[in-house]
Amino acid sequence: MSPGAGPAYGEGPPPDHEPDRPRVDLGPLVAEWRHALGAEHVITHEHQLRTYESDGLLQYAVTPGAVLLPRTTAEVQAVVAACHREGVPWVARGAGSGLSGGALPVADGVLISLTRMRRVLEVDLPNQRVVVEPGVTNVAVSKAVGPTHFYPPDPSSQIVCTIGGNVAENSGGAHCFKYGFTTNYVTGLELVLPDGTLVQLGGKEIDPPGLDLLGAFVGSEGTLGIATKVWLRVVPKPEAVRTLVAFFASTTQAGEVVSAIVSGGIVPGAVEMMDNLAIRAAEGYTGAGFPTDAGAALVVELDGSEAECEARFEQVVAMCEGAGADSIRVARDEAERDVIWTARKAAFAAMGRIAPNYYVQDSVIPRTRLAEVLGRIEELATEYDLQVANVFHAGDGNLHPLVCYDGRREGEAERAEELAGMIVTVCVDAGGSITGEHGVGVDKKRYMPQMFNDADLGAFQRLRCAFDPGQLANPGKVMPTPRLCGEVPGPYRRHPIEQAGLAERM
Amino acid sequence: MSTQTARRATPASRDELVAELRAAGESSAAVRLSGGATKLSWGIATGSEPEVVISTAGLDRVVEHNAGDLTAVIEAGAPLERAQATFAGEDQMLALDPPDGGATLGGILAAGDSGPLRSRYGGVRDLVVGATVALSDGTVAKAGGKVIKNVAGYDLAKLFCGSLGSLGAILEVAVRLHPIPPSMVTAVGRSADAAEVAEAAAALAHASLEHMGLDVAWRAGEGRVLARFGGTTSGPQAEAAAAVLREHALAVELADRDDALWAEQRDAQRARPGSEDLVLRVSALPTELPRLMAVATDHSATLVGRAGLGLSWVRVADPGAAEGALAGLRGVARTAVLDVPPSLRGRLDPWGRRDAAALVLARRVKEGFDRAGVCSPGVVV
Repeated sequence: MSPGAGPAYGEGPPPDHEPDRPRVDLGPLVAEWRHALGAEHVITHEHQLRTYESDGLLQYAVTPGAVLLPRTTAEVQAVVAACHREGVPWVARGAGSGLSGGALPVADGVLISLTRMRRVLEVDLPNQRVVVEPGVTNVAVSKAVGPTHFYPPDPSSQIVCTIGGNVAENSGGAHCFKYGFTTNYVTGLELVLPDGTLVQLGGKEIDPPGLDLLGAFVGSEGTLGIATKVWLRVVPKPEAVRTLVAFFASTTQAGEVVSAIVSGGIVPGAVEMMDNLAIRAAEGYTGAGFPTDAGAALVVELDGSEAECEARFEQVVAMCEGAGADSIRVARDEAERDVIWTARKAAFAAMGRIAPNYYVQDSVIPRTRLAEVLGRIEELATEYDLQVANVFHAGDGNLHPLVCYDGRREGEAERAEELAGMIVTVCVDAGGSITGEHGVGVDKKRYMPQMFNDADLGAFQRLRCAFDPGQLANPGKVMPTPRLCGEVPGPYRRHPIEQAGLAERM
Repeated sequence: MSTQTARRATPASRDELVAELRAAGESSAAVRLSGGATKLSWGIATGSEPEVVISTAGLDRVVEHNAGDLTAVIEAGAPLERAQATFAGEDQMLALDPPDGGATLGGILAAGDSGPLRSRYGGVRDLVVGATVALSDGTVAKAGGKVIKNVAGYDLAKLFCGSLGSLGAILEVAVRLHPIPPSMVTAVGRSADAAEVAEAAAALAHASLEHMGLDVAWRAGEGRVLARFGGTTSGPQAEAAAAVLREHALAVELADRDDALWAEQRDAQRARPGSEDLVLRVSALPTELPRLMAVATDHSATLVGRAGLGLSWVRVADPGAAEGALAGLRGVARTAVLDVPPSLRGRLDPWGRRDAAALVLARRVKEGFDRAGVCSPGVVV
């Protein structure tokens, strides 16, 4: 892509917003929904709609035609079916904490908020399963199964973000190098498809017969339907957890420790790195006692059996010393562990102390290219005369460069955006990805052609069109340019099992 | 048409394979993809046979092994065993150990097959980070990437896992690797009491022990629980598991040369060569294990399974007991028919009852990808 091809921030909806479609008068539908959902759950007042104009990515804002707050699966179905009937586009939203504009509304459509669907429906600890509605928060799942079990995916926003949103984005977190992502824990979904039909994929059991549509749905960013019920796998809490933070003169030194850990066959629960700017911001914000002159902080957490954890932890301490760590702080108890994690997880919020505005990237690189890519980012930052703080999940190479700028200064926002785009290109060129966990949404769709050619994007479109031929579900997201669905599927053919009389259409 | 008359194509390159598939699409000739040809009876309901069998044998390279990144890129026709040998050179593995017998990575992925490592590392769907596929209209497309964390675009690689060739041909996959633990020890508990076996396995599934395999075996009234531990302290970890097994009255021993024990578990997931074995895979809740064991006993069948996951494989040696065993298992949980002896071909519904709306959706997905309608028609959808 050419740098700076995207919109200047604050200018409203991005280009390529969606295919032309006739604008539908929502008036009669609003009346229908007020009756079905209750008047107080259909929002149409301008100032109330404003609450929903952005998600966690504030650079984009669009006021939706209406906001609907269904309470039950049947209500979601009724809303989606009516949209299907009238050709009204819709966007589903959880807590609205996403960072890619994935829940950005469409002006001529409706926003369907799932936050009233927040019941934990079943806790089946003997089978290590939990069944929840989509509006349940991530942290509530772990709470529901504690203290013996926990739900591993832990995005930084876990106190507010919802499971429905996690499913849409395939959320990760700090512990996914060892434990995996949302997709590895979802065993079943009840979905409302864009034509209003209800379908169940999977359930409590794993490996159900048939295509793995579940695997295709998780991470589809709200473009294939709405999950109204989610079956999740939970796991036993590890026997022991050990956490340290080591400080180094440079990110290169800290990176050497990560390499040593990986080549030593150690799989840490988490390995997180912060550079000097991120350390200074976090320290100013949390007062965790991090040395502000350190070039890098490396947080390493091991968990597992007591014996293994202890043995491996000693190895990690030795690796940090071997790489020339200036100091190593080992958490002696849960409180000290919390201090370390608070400093790490506050890095984004703390950035406000460094710059009035910042732009978060979410690129991924092969971990072994870390030093080279960080060097290149530094060069670019100098070239653009902007500061870039780096916070990253070092085990899996997921970088979160924070491009700092002052939006009040003429042209700086545009320069920041251009730099952010250059960083994405550097990461993709290194063999990486444009997004590790925040999703494509509206924010990164223009980078999609850097990773995927027309045929690849065409294959994505085939899946999209199988679920949503009318493309009413979250239009304008993920795909870089809007495309219509091609020819309709061929005539129905009898399945050989049916022909053999072994099954029938139920 | 029968397999004997199917034309067999062995393209030497990716381009040739794509051309074969496109040609089949253009002439509406039903196609089956074949890797190691170890699972050809899976999902076959009526004996509807392909006109063309396309072998992936010509695509057998391990394209990349990025040890420092714990990733690899492998062509679909590469035998798993050979790929593992490459990774083992760096003390790494693809944490995938289905019964082997020459199976290729593409075949394992397409069949969604798995082995004991599933308990700790997930299934093939959880280990694949990207895939390149060919479709029946000649399209070649990739999804995912080759880094272990990536959410750009739809996860089509997962969609192809377990698709049994019904969407198109898998050409190449990118996978994440794991370190091979420096040592491994297995705690084995034995009992003739099915309830004791199930309870002991459940206790281990809930223990704060980080096993790398938790299996049960039940045959002819003899049961076993196997819990494997890896790392620098595998001995003490296994001792802790042994204590749990003893609490449940099992006779326990520790094995540090444990490969044969686990090979036996894997082998029991497949029909024995030359036998009339029927193999069924049961997707159950872990707590249903005692009921599954009872069905196995009633039909003189053997059962092996991943106790913590609820996945079991039941092997029925007597074809006369096959239909009864299948009905019995389906009375408990969803059961798929895998290996089918010749005498039973076409007589068993491979998948059982499925959600009608999900089947309609799956059919739309198949039609979207396999526009020519030639890829393993009728096998999955």
